[in-house]
Amino acid sequence: MNASAASLKTRLFEAAELRLPALTRLKRVEALPVVLDRRRIYVLPTRFGLMLSVLLLVMLLGALNYNNNPALLLTCLLAAAAYQSVFTAFGTLNRLQIHALRAEPCHAGGELELGIHFHTAARARHSLHVSAGAAQIGFDLDADGAATLRIPAPHRGWLRPGRLRVSSEYPFGLFQVWSWINPDFAALVYPRLEADPPPLPYAGATSPAFADRVAGDELAALRDYQAGDPPRNIAWKASARRDELLVKEFETLRGHEVVLDPATLRGLAYEARISRLAAWVCMAETRRVPYALRLPDVRIEAGLGDAHRHACLRALALAPGAAP
Amino acid sequence: MKTLPALTETQFRLTAAAVFVAVLPHLLRLPWLIALPVLVLFALCWLQRWRGGTRPPAWIKLPLVLLFPILIIFHYGNLFGREPGSALACAMLALKLLETDNRRDARAAICFSAFVLMSALLFDNSLWITALLCAALALLLAALRALESPRTAWRRDLRAGALALAGALPLALCAFVFFPRLAAPLWGAPTDTIARTGLGERMAPGTMQELLIDDSPAFRVVFDGATPPREELYWRGPVLWNFDGSAWTRPEWLAAPQHDGTQVRVRGPRVGYEVTLEPSERHWLLALDVPLLAPAGAVRGADMSLVSRTRIDAATRYRMVSAPNYELDPVLSPLHRRLALQLPPGFDPRARALAQRWRDEFKGDPGLIVRAALDMIGAQFTYTLNAPLLGRDSVDDFLFETKRGFCEHFSSAFTFLMRAAGIPARVVTGYQGGYFNPIGNYWVVRQSDAHAWSEVWLEGRGWVRVDPTAAVSPQRVQFGARAAAGASVPWYQADWLMAMRNQLDLVNRFWNDAVIQFNALRQQSLLTPFGIVRADYPQLMLAMLVAGSLLLGFFAWWVMRAPRRAGDALDAAYARLCRKLARAGTVRDPADGPVTLAARVAARWPARGDAQDLITQYVSLRYACALPAPERIQTFTRAVAALRLPAATPLAAQSS
Repeated sequence: MNASAASLKTRLFEAAELRLPALTRLKRVEALPVVLDRRRIYVLPTRFGLMLSVLLLVMLLGALNYNNNPALLLTCLLAAAAYQSVFTAFGTLNRLQIHALRAEPCHAGGELELGIHFHTAARARHSLHVSAGAAQIGFDLDADGAATLRIPAPHRGWLRPGRLRVSSEYPFGLFQVWSWINPDFAALVYPRLEADPPPLPYAGATSPAFADRVAGDELAALRDYQAGDPPRNIAWKASARRDELLVKEFETLRGHEVVLDPATLRGLAYEARISRLAAWVCMAETRRVPYALRLPDVRIEAGLGDAHRHACLRALALAPGAAP
Repeated sequence: MKTLPALTETQFRLTAAAVFVAVLPHLLRLPWLIALPVLVLFALCWLQRWRGGTRPPAWIKLPLVLLFPILIIFHYGNLFGREPGSALACAMLALKLLETDNRRDARAAICFSAFVLMSALLFDNSLWITALLCAALALLLAALRALESPRTAWRRDLRAGALALAGALPLALCAFVFFPRLAAPLWGAPTDTIARTGLGERMAPGTMQELLIDDSPAFRVVFDGATPPREELYWRGPVLWNFDGSAWTRPEWLAAPQHDGTQVRVRGPRVGYEVTLEPSERHWLLALDVPLLAPAGAVRGADMSLVSRTRIDAATRYRMVSAPNYELDPVLSPLHRRLALQLPPGFDPRARALAQRWRDEFKGDPGLIVRAALDMIGAQFTYTLNAPLLGRDSVDDFLFETKRGFCEHFSSAFTFLMRAAGIPARVVTGYQGGYFNPIGNYWVVRQSDAHAWSEVWLEGRGWVRVDPTAAVSPQRVQFGARAAAGASVPWYQADWLMAMRNQLDLVNRFWNDAVIQFNALRQQSLLTPFGIVRADYPQLMLAMLVAGSLLLGFFAWWVMRAPRRAGDALDAAYARLCRKLARAGTVRDPADGPVTLAARVAARWPARGDAQDLITQYVSLRYACALPAPERIQTFTRAVAALRLPAATPLAAQSS
């Protein structure tokens, strides 16, 4: 019942946007940075604000009826403070700049951590809320900074967070100010990883024992830590000496590589193949086995390393059938 | 239902503080039967929070919810009206706090505390209470802010609340001044009386004692011209005729205006003045002896006391004219004579005997009898506020046994003696004296200035005022009750304290004048300068809207205005340096960096290195360190301010 009402509301909203873009003014995607100003900040009293105004009315009637001027003064003072809080509320959003959105790719089924970067124009901004769909977060900004919104990412491909609603009920919760931004931004969602993938498909008659040797031995060099390096490759002793994280670099053994090709995976559904390939990409990367990707329209030669992994996952994420 | 997040510690504490502050003014006034359980509720609440903060179960709450109405009905007799209603509101508010654990509950509690806070003003609306309650509003706002922004410290919440309140003051004043007042109450005006001390229609030994230690102002007076001397300031209140052996009372029928021969002959000048009466919950109006007219809405009785038709529930102002030298009732009607000689049979035989002896001794000469009585009282009696208790024959006990008392004992005994001696006499109650406030140029008369004296009727002179207290203690009349009471005054009536309080009374008077008595009439006179002579509802509303819009417009501008200047103090100082250079003829090109500018300055003034030095300093401050020390920026700013450059010559300006 509730869900159908919600979907009806969404449909109505979409229809309104289609028909009356001038009214909603929300449809256009805009480039960042976006500065919130009075043309796009909306204000309405909250339910609590309406409740307080009813109470103020009762107080006013009481003070007038008893002809009690000090009581009237007190009522006026409270009413004026309550009413003027609308300016503070407006000031919470006014001149707030959203200058960047950032998100590291995540895998489908997980949550996209969308970093929203703000410039506060040298004013502390209290109790801001940002929401996109069901995801929402509340935070304070004392200086320029970022907030992280966790958006569920159900499908691989491009994820558009869509309209973001920036709102605040600061200072007293009597008025809500809000603004919509529809940033030109999309984050890439990698395919879902198969939970328990079979071993890597080594070309020819390579034995698993050989694969293990490849993975474990032949320490070639140490390099600086980069985001995404598996923790077990960190050279803890060497890191402790150098005061920065170092990672063990293994020798890549040419000629012993895996070729990841969906065509070899007969008997699996299309999305399941992509899932498995993605899982294999990650597995090969952690075991330091060079891997190549053969997709119908993308060919990536064998290689190793973060950039290679991202390229492969990206190709898989954008394989036909991905979210637009 | 969506469950709301629980309150943080700061949020709960601020909410509880707001609720407690709202209940506090009531707690001081409520009977202990209700105040004590409310206090216990607060203690319970604290305990519950301290123990981990779960909601109390229904079997605890329900009896509590039922308990308070029962207690209130037990004490007041009903649940409605000002006193029981506010008691119930306090109790319910405290109960609400007990089950407050999320934001919605807290908001409801804070909203309701605002209402309870306001209702405290229905009982006491003095300046101090109002100021305190307005300050309490800041706490309420702080609690609301804490609910909204849970991550900030409570000090910042409090500061924000106070600032919001201060910022709201102009708009609040504007609404207060222009909001149209009701011509008549929408529902029944309050009929329940607040127990206030004040003059009564009954005087028995000891009834005035409470009054004499009460320092609250009774009324204030502004004289048109010169003030009569202090010892002549007898403010006439109820006149008491009937004596039943223990108490003096006023016959009911005398309240009606009388035209049966009451007359005043004025000798000497008249005195005009304006009286502002504090609310007394009674009907008496006070006037200087002897009033020549009755203000509108009041009648002057046969005994020259003024009675208002409506009860004085709010501060009231009226103009009066009195005659200090007068001749009242040269002819006494038989009815009045009989009344003024009435004595209860079977009381005070010794006093009657004494009066009879004087009557025989002075052959009925009233003047001599009055003199003899005053001499006796002056010689043998003492003035004190700690009068001993009197028995059944109160006049006998006082005259022959205790011989210690204050005005009401003296006037009662004296009037009794006169009547027993065959001289028509009556007791007049009212106030005597007052304190002149030289800054405000007005007199304030306090309840402690209450006084009782006598009037005797003498052939050919009419009613003559005789103050037996003055015979005992001339200070009472010259310097007031405190001076007369000597060591028996309470500590808070010490001289220096009273002097200070009398000075401070100016503020109270201003409050009375400007706020409490602000009414439709004053509202209209405010608008007269703007050409609005008869301000009715639409015009007042319009005025309020215009003034309010101006204020709101100002606030809107304030919020939307562009930030004053980009950059920090260092940039500001550098900009100043550039302006100085430009005035001297070296205008910085927008494309010039500081180093280029320094080179140009060096080329322009090869002899002096100071300006160039300053630019170099700026470069090192701006670019050589991440965050320059504030002292170094200050030094730089001062050096820029001290820099003197020669004014630009036309030639130099052209060349640059």
